Amino acid sequence: MGVPLWMYLTVAAALFSIGIYGVLARRNAVAVLMGIELMLNAVNLNLIAFWRYQTPFNMSGQAFAAFVLVVAAAEVAVGLAIIIAVYRNRQSVEVEDVDMLKG
Amino acid sequence: MNFGEGLTPEAIAFGLFTILTIGGAFGVVTTRNLVRGAIWLIVSLFGIAGFFVLLSAPFLASVQVLVYIGAIGILFSFAVMLTRGMTNLKERFNSQWWLAGLAALTAFLLLMMGVVIPVFGNTIAPVSDQVTSTVDLGVALVSGNQYVLPFEVASLLLTAAMIGAIVIAREDD
Repeated sequence: MGVPLWMYLTVAAALFSIGIYGVLARRNAVAVLMGIELMLNAVNLNLIAFWRYQTPFNMSGQAFAAFVLVVAAAEVAVGLAIIIAVYRNRQSVEVEDVDMLKG
Repeated sequence: MNFGEGLTPEAIAFGLFTILTIGGAFGVVTTRNLVRGAIWLIVSLFGIAGFFVLLSAPFLASVQVLVYIGAIGILFSFAVMLTRGMTNLKERFNSQWWLAGLAALTAFLLLMMGVVIPVFGNTIAPVSDQVTSTVDLGVALVSGNQYVLPFEVASLLLTAAMIGAIVIAREDD
């Protein structure tokens, strides 16, 4: 193996930070969800990297990554359904336009 | 990675997947047209699948391609197309984009200090060249003293999310 663990962790950290920027800065709600996907993938990359380098005989790393994947799929399905419902009601998917709960 | 010994094929593959992942992620957060954003997202997720292959997790790599690129990528394309007219916003970022950039930079520096620096130079190679196979993962997911309960709860969650998504997105009549 030629690649040390810290390089994987650096890539994952960069991916997570880019995801944070996407979530905080984008105006379109679909783009915000894409940022969340990037963050979840960074977490998965970290889980698998630590599993491979530290505990390759214990399946917790891979099992947790699989569960993260399942939760991400569920989250995307519900999130996109909410966005489509909002678009139908407000003709907009801008995050700032969704302020019905604002006092 | 020691460049003095020449580039190993693994290091080259790592660099390639890094470019795919990080470049795709930059495309996702900066592109104005969200159809292209969905394509960039697929590029980025493909890079992650490559990392899984490098880390000897072939099952997760194939699931990544099937679920993320196959299902979630298509779902995003549908969402972008169903909310047409919002895919080409003039203003990509909200007024606090510089604050968001600051937060992202801070998060990156904190992650580097908290997670990467402690293992820097420590773990050059995995503790063992042998790895568990996909069979072991399958057994772990269904064996009574490991992950069978979370596995069942995950399937319940998926069903609930599916029904919930249908109910939320359905046209009121």
